[in-house]
Amino acid sequence: MIPAAVDYVRADSAEAAIAALAEAGDEAKLLAGGQSLVPLMRLRLATPSVLVDIGRLDGLSGISIEGDTVGIGALTTHSTLEHSADLAAACPLLAHVAGQVGDPAVRHRGTLGGSLAHADPASDLPAAVLALGGTLVVAGPGGSREIAATDFFTGFLESALGADELLTEVRVPVSTGGWCYQKFNRRAQDWAIVGVAVAEGGAGVALVNMGSTPMRAAGVEAAVAGGASAVDAAAVAADGTEPPTDNNADGDYRAHLSRVLTERALTAAGA
Amino acid sequence: MEVSVTVNGIARSADVEPRTLLVHYLRDVLGLTGTNVGCDTSSCGACTVLVDGRSAKSCTLLAAQVDGADVTTIEGLAGADGLHPMQQAFHECHALQCGYCTPGMVMAAVSLTDEYDDLDAAGVREGLEGNLCRCTGYQNIVAAVLAAGE
Repeated sequence: MIPAAVDYVRADSAEAAIAALAEAGDEAKLLAGGQSLVPLMRLRLATPSVLVDIGRLDGLSGISIEGDTVGIGALTTHSTLEHSADLAAACPLLAHVAGQVGDPAVRHRGTLGGSLAHADPASDLPAAVLALGGTLVVAGPGGSREIAATDFFTGFLESALGADELLTEVRVPVSTGGWCYQKFNRRAQDWAIVGVAVAEGGAGVALVNMGSTPMRAAGVEAAVAGGASAVDAAAVAADGTEPPTDNNADGDYRAHLSRVLTERALTAAGA
Repeated sequence: MEVSVTVNGIARSADVEPRTLLVHYLRDVLGLTGTNVGCDTSSCGACTVLVDGRSAKSCTLLAAQVDGADVTTIEGLAGADGLHPMQQAFHECHALQCGYCTPGMVMAAVSLTDEYDDLDAAGVREGLEGNLCRCTGYQNIVAAVLAAGE
């Protein structure tokens, strides 16, 4: 299968990428690693008029730890996150989850920023960043702004990112408290049928594939904060969610999975 | 657009449409048909090549994305003194039946053993989860990858 015809612009700076987006209008797409976008283009589920390739921009890749904050350039690959000893020490949940995405070949090309901007509720990394209470830094024509991860995911494959904005950095707190990522799937390399990310012993809990967006499990977090046991806190994991029904599972089954996986994750994280 | 890639050590250049996938650039433009197209959905890994030394699915990259990069395909793996150790191990362990997945499987295995130290059988199986074989099963493939690492 071959993507539809498309124009291609290789940006040599963030400013040039933003300018190219502004010029092309809302039919343009940013191309980073392309591990989500190219498959969609091949299926012609995505038919952008212009691709703005930011894949080789300098300065948007790498991990820096300053004080209590881990800053990760948006173009940092899953493979880099997975293998970073610094990240494993400062934020082991994120390093671990990066290693659970797809397969090694996908992780060599896929980027953290791309995964978040794609806003797929079935993706692993958005849940990790939500559970960690991360912040996304985006640049646009008027400068840069910060968006809390909890405000970033607005709908199915939709985010708060403007059509002429570029995600440049992801910031998460240093987080070495109890953590766990539970990913349930039935096929190698597949997306999670349901996943649960837990940070800081249950202070942050987020769900994968339990609705139209990646989402925090606020009820579970509140229960843990109130001193509930892992079993009791996990019992409310599916409350307020609208899990999808598809070939892998129906909504009720996903709700059940979310409770089981949340209990396991909270227990492993020491809640 | 002009896309220039060093493929198996040889500088190549061609004028292609921006939508051209790397696998089609390799097969249809350069005539390197050792890289196979399998599922066309980024699942099977038959099209795996090395981009700057690391495995990548060439059906999931535009040729434009690797402009200026070093690409190694199965054709470029053997040296003047014979098969690459991974190819030799696949041969000796009979790690193939129909052979369709083999180019991608070998390229993924070369990248995997370079990237991860001290792989055991479980690690090889997990590391090759992006490469599907529909005929031999994986027993001899795993044995070959372990043998090549010794």
